[in-house]
Amino acid sequence: MTAETAIAIRPRGRPLFRRRSAIPGFTLTLGVTLTVLSLIVLIPLSAVALKAAQLSPSEFLAVAFSQRAMAAYRLTFGAAFVAAVINGVFGVLTAWALVRYEFPGKALVNALVDLPFALPTAVAGIALATLYAPNGWVGSLLTPLGIKAAYNPIGVTIALVFIGLPFVVRTIEPVLRDLSDDVEEAAASLGAGRLSTIFRIVLPALGPSWLTGFALAFARGIDEYGSVIFIAGNMPFKSEIAPLLIIFQLEQFEYAHAAAIAVVMLAVSFLMLLIINAVQAWARRFS
Amino acid sequence: MAAHRRSTDDPVWAKVLIIGLVLLFLGLVLVLPLAAVFAEALRKGLQPALEAISNPDALAAVKLTLLTAAITVPFNVVFGLCAAWAVAKHDFAGKSLLITLIDLPFSVSPVVAGLIYVLVFGLQGWFGERLIDHDIKIIFAVPGIVLATIFVTFPFIARELIPLMQEQGVSEEEAAVSMGASGLYTFWRVTAPNVRWGLLYGVLLCNARAMGEFGAVSVVSGHIRGLTNTMPLHVEILYNEYDFVGAFAVAALLCLLAIVTLVLKTALEVAQPAVRGRSGH
Repeated sequence: MTAETAIAIRPRGRPLFRRRSAIPGFTLTLGVTLTVLSLIVLIPLSAVALKAAQLSPSEFLAVAFSQRAMAAYRLTFGAAFVAAVINGVFGVLTAWALVRYEFPGKALVNALVDLPFALPTAVAGIALATLYAPNGWVGSLLTPLGIKAAYNPIGVTIALVFIGLPFVVRTIEPVLRDLSDDVEEAAASLGAGRLSTIFRIVLPALGPSWLTGFALAFARGIDEYGSVIFIAGNMPFKSEIAPLLIIFQLEQFEYAHAAAIAVVMLAVSFLMLLIINAVQAWARRFS
Repeated sequence: MAAHRRSTDDPVWAKVLIIGLVLLFLGLVLVLPLAAVFAEALRKGLQPALEAISNPDALAAVKLTLLTAAITVPFNVVFGLCAAWAVAKHDFAGKSLLITLIDLPFSVSPVVAGLIYVLVFGLQGWFGERLIDHDIKIIFAVPGIVLATIFVTFPFIARELIPLMQEQGVSEEEAAVSMGASGLYTFWRVTAPNVRWGLLYGVLLCNARAMGEFGAVSVVSGHIRGLTNTMPLHVEILYNEYDFVGAFAVAALLCLLAIVTLVLKTALEVAQPAVRGRSGH
């Protein structure tokens, strides 16, 4: 309908690259958008690549993949992965409870799920560090069990669970809400048990959105800094995350070295972005 | 609730188990940290907490945080409206690439976001020497903090507005224009009323992130007390100095900001269900 209107109003002989619409302001608004995007995002981002290019290839490899850097990547990716798995499990349960069940305090729970989006990361960081420190509320319960949570990779994972939770819940929730229970009823009427219906009908239908939420939480975990550094302890080779390594290089005034590590992180971030877009495109074909 | 069980209802024991697990998990992961902030802030009573907040350095941090948000949010509103107008009301090649590029800052680590401005404006940066010649400070000064904050909050408002304006289509604007309304008049009288709640939603999220940003700002700030310390950076400094009551008192202020944000956001979602559901940041 709207496309037809646009065609009817469109004058002939306009440039091919856009279909002419009657609404003014295209040149101005696109001009502002492209200018601001270039000045704030694209040009400054290119500075990272240009700075890293000042290093010779062997220097670049030595800095970006030094043993210390490799340890930091392993910790960052490993903790982000484990945290995304934990959120993958509890995120589905939370979304399920919010969509399918009524219980007292549901509205509060629903609002609370977005807390990690709204709470400054540094606040989350010091709160988690205090809770899980050996003398903290939770840490003092874990210490007798021989578990050292804070200042350890476990602490990094705990912080990333906090940060990643809403991504999984909020990605799955709308899909679960739209999932018609006709299919479930059909399965049940054909004699499928409730568990078998859930595992063979519901969970496969949630698969693509679950994967999207998982990837979003994982990607956010890789990049996270504020909530992690307080609880991590930041010991090189043990509990030092990759973003912190960039700060370390900056403090030594080794800007090119900082840029080299940033290039690796950006490459991984953009790879995750591509994967997420591909998964979302795949998910769209399901719905 | 239905009087008798339908085939798609879970058995009661499963409901109780799942709800119990969810509440336990959320309590541990979300509620406990929030409670810990207020408990630690008030550990020595209300007075020391209030003193920590009214300390001149803390007040300077509050001021800088408010200033940063006061520049960042309107900037992103103007940018978001421009981007959404161009993308949602017109057709052109490369549109989805443009949307991806606008979203790009969400995929960049906050630390890298700070680093890029150090590389451009810092001492060894592209404009470093020229800026010194003209006695202009960007890095380790307020402009750098504002720039880094704009970068990390860049997509918030645009990505809220673009899908909303796409759903609304162009027929209302075309009708206004065909009856002789100017572009600006059409925007104010037709588009703006249609998108105001979505815009407010974007502003809320953008503001929360702008006031709470830590990583990016920490790289460009230089941590000069009373001058380039935002509230989250002030929290870090106090914490690292073992002034836990002070750190958690300022953190409690930021918690209140987060709670107010969540309350307004939830109220908006209840009153205007159409703005809901574009998460992912």
